[in-house]
Amino acid sequence: MSAALQTIALEKRFGGLIATDKVSLTLEHGARHALIGPNGAGKTTFVNLLTGVLPANGGQILLDGNDITRKSQIQRARLGLGRTFQINQLFGAMTPVESIGLAVSERMGGGRDFWRRVGTRTDILDEITGLIERFRLTEVMDHPTRLLPYGKQRLLEIALALASNPRVLLLDEPAAGVPEAERGELLETLAQLPRDVSILLIEHDMDLVFAFAERITVLVNGALFADGTVSEIMSDPRVQAVYLGSDAHA
Amino acid sequence: MSDTTLSHPATAARPDAGQRASRDLLRRGRLKPAEIVFWLATAASFFLLPDRHLLLSEIVILGLFALSLDLIIGYAGVVSLGHGAFFGLGAYVAGLVSVHLTGEPLTGLILAALAAGILGLATGPLLLLRASDLTRLMVTLGVAMLLLEAANRAAWLTGGADGLQGVTINPLLGRFEFDLFGTTAYAYCLIVTFALFLLARRVVTSPYGLSLLAIRDNALRARSMGIPVGPRILGIYAFSALIAGVAGALLTQTTMFVSLDVLAFHRSADVLLVLVLGGVGYLYGGLIGAIAFKLLQDWFSAITPQYWMFWMGLVLMVIVLIGRDNLNALPRTLMRRLRREDRA
Amino acid sequence: MLTILIDGIAYGMLLFVMAAGLAVTLGLMNFVNLAHGAFAMIGGYVTALAMNRLGMPFLLTLPFAFLVPALVGVVAERLLYARLYRRSHLDQVLFSIALVFMAMAGTDWLLGSGQQLITLPGWLQGRFEVFGVGIGRYRAFLIVICAALVVGLQLILGRTRFGARLRAAVDDQRAARGLGINVGGIFAATFAVGSGLAGLGGALGIEMMGLDPTFPLKIMVYVLIVVTIGGTASLTGPFIAALLIGTADVAGKYYLPELGAFLIYLVMILLLILRPQGLIARAR
Repeated sequence: MSAALQTIALEKRFGGLIATDKVSLTLEHGARHALIGPNGAGKTTFVNLLTGVLPANGGQILLDGNDITRKSQIQRARLGLGRTFQINQLFGAMTPVESIGLAVSERMGGGRDFWRRVGTRTDILDEITGLIERFRLTEVMDHPTRLLPYGKQRLLEIALALASNPRVLLLDEPAAGVPEAERGELLETLAQLPRDVSILLIEHDMDLVFAFAERITVLVNGALFADGTVSEIMSDPRVQAVYLGSDAHA
Repeated sequence: MSDTTLSHPATAARPDAGQRASRDLLRRGRLKPAEIVFWLATAASFFLLPDRHLLLSEIVILGLFALSLDLIIGYAGVVSLGHGAFFGLGAYVAGLVSVHLTGEPLTGLILAALAAGILGLATGPLLLLRASDLTRLMVTLGVAMLLLEAANRAAWLTGGADGLQGVTINPLLGRFEFDLFGTTAYAYCLIVTFALFLLARRVVTSPYGLSLLAIRDNALRARSMGIPVGPRILGIYAFSALIAGVAGALLTQTTMFVSLDVLAFHRSADVLLVLVLGGVGYLYGGLIGAIAFKLLQDWFSAITPQYWMFWMGLVLMVIVLIGRDNLNALPRTLMRRLRREDRA
Repeated sequence: MLTILIDGIAYGMLLFVMAAGLAVTLGLMNFVNLAHGAFAMIGGYVTALAMNRLGMPFLLTLPFAFLVPALVGVVAERLLYARLYRRSHLDQVLFSIALVFMAMAGTDWLLGSGQQLITLPGWLQGRFEVFGVGIGRYRAFLIVICAALVVGLQLILGRTRFGARLRAAVDDQRAARGLGINVGGIFAATFAVGSGLAGLGGALGIEMMGLDPTFPLKIMVYVLIVVTIGGTASLTGPFIAALLIGTADVAGKYYLPELGAFLIYLVMILLLILRPQGLIARAR
């Protein structure tokens, strides 16, 4: 059986600068996999390559064994590659119910429907309510998104990605900027994400990584530096050197 | 609706959340009392202002044209400087149909709508080349200018600068003659506009309409959710073009004349102004803006006959400087204050 | 044939001088300013009025054709434009269209709707021949003046401290602010110079393009085309675009008069399809 998501010698250059240097990474089905690395290690570029925001200069990306290297952002999303953004990308004028409803209805093929009124399909409505409750948005579900507290917006960010029912979910620093008081709620929600979704967590908050991940890949200078289980990585002296070194500078 | 939700086992466990969600989703589509008042007043104008039917027809046509622009600016976030292209094409097609084919008004209306819609479909992909606003402005402007030049050069077909001669329109449905006072014309414009308004309202409150709002709000996110941004924008653009074409056709049919003026740049600029006067993104802006525009135009022309554009420019400038959002929020803020006083 | 080419180049150069300011302000502030042509019109009217009413010689009016719009530009920038930099493009479009309307109606009101005519000094009239090719004296004069301006602009941008700061601000505003560059001041100065150049272009162009209150609208389209297909990454793009558009327009009007302005719009749309990122794309 093929991996949920796999890159083979993925490469990206900006002029003479190599941002992603022949990275081969395998995300198993149901994985809780963290991608870490010091600032400027090329994590963001890597996510942009995976999701199709940037075209790759070389290598391959396989989603469930299918080559998606040349597919557009939209096609990749439709094939089951979901993502959240480091900086919230939400629909400020819409409510959480509407935002999630849109994602669900797109998945169920309702997005082209220009005749039916919004909110008249019970199957969609049930899914929305389920997601709203799972992501603890019940209280604020009919408030405009731009007025929500930051932590709720962060939860909605993840809920939106999950609403499209992805097979693979890329979480880009999900806890970034969340105040301490709202952090616990977020971590609990992350822990309860469905097991059949394979997750790649991009993070440099090590506490979150250790709490969440079962496997870790370290990226340094755009290249794959280390890859292994949490304990393997934690005991790897080279990783410690990179991390302690970079932490001392940061 | 609420019955079916309740009977469903999943929502039955939490009827409260399900009901709230459903209420929120139905919110945009719900008919508000103010809307009913607006349309009743519009219908009443037909009976209360019998000697103003010509002017009222003009206003309704302008309003319908601005409504079509609202669909792309307010709902798809595409700024256009050349929406007059579709209006003008509709106007010319309606004129040519009456001269060469038939004077039957509905045939002309439908053919004009189709022609404008097809032009929208054909030129829409140009908007998606590079999604920068400047490029879109230039592409829409360029298409409108091309059409104007084409109409100007093809004098054998369009009558060139003299206008198209010999437009005659048969009685509506074979019964209602288009009279000198514009009574039939106004009724015709009102009914067509109302029908198209209902259609547009239905579209923007559908899941498709919601996806347009999402694209306008945050195209990056929409894309990552798998929403095919290009085709969605193309769809509303063509629909908007079609409505603009109908507005143009109405102008030709009610005035029985069409000239190059329908394609001039000022049409595209005026309609933008009309929409902004009334407010963008809630469908009524175009209609309300058309009334405001005509009133202002009348008033300014009375002060300085030839230079009313100066004052119109000033009004527009002040609106922008104050901020459109602040102005749009004004009625709501006033209402809220009034209500609070009621309670006190 | 060569005569047309030279006419086209002269026209293109003129377009570039008018569009250069717009290209820089658009690149710098991402402000869609449809009213740039109004500043060109001010320059044109300064020259026309100074010559016809005050009897000033043509050359002497040109510095004023630069200074007056530059002054108006800096006032408008500080008072009005600066408030709108962070607004949506729709707001900017509306605002600048309003400005165009007001400029057109206001000019008509104050100065009448007629064409402004000027009489060029004798030494700029007529044509001379080089190797059997007839060249209008005024066309040659335009090419020389505009070429000097182009070289001057490139030198200012490339060699001076102001140019370096301006380029830094275009590249990355936030970083430039971090370096202690007064970005607001650069905006104002650039806007003033751009408006002044447009005014100079308007004055130089009276002979070729005419001058009446509808001028801002007429020139708006051309100037925007130049900027749209030229891109705003450098001045080279707009320069090439201006020459291309100028030559195409003159040649089109000469060889295919039945097409009229059709050709220009067609060229623009085709160029946008072929090179959606502009003639010279901004490096990513």
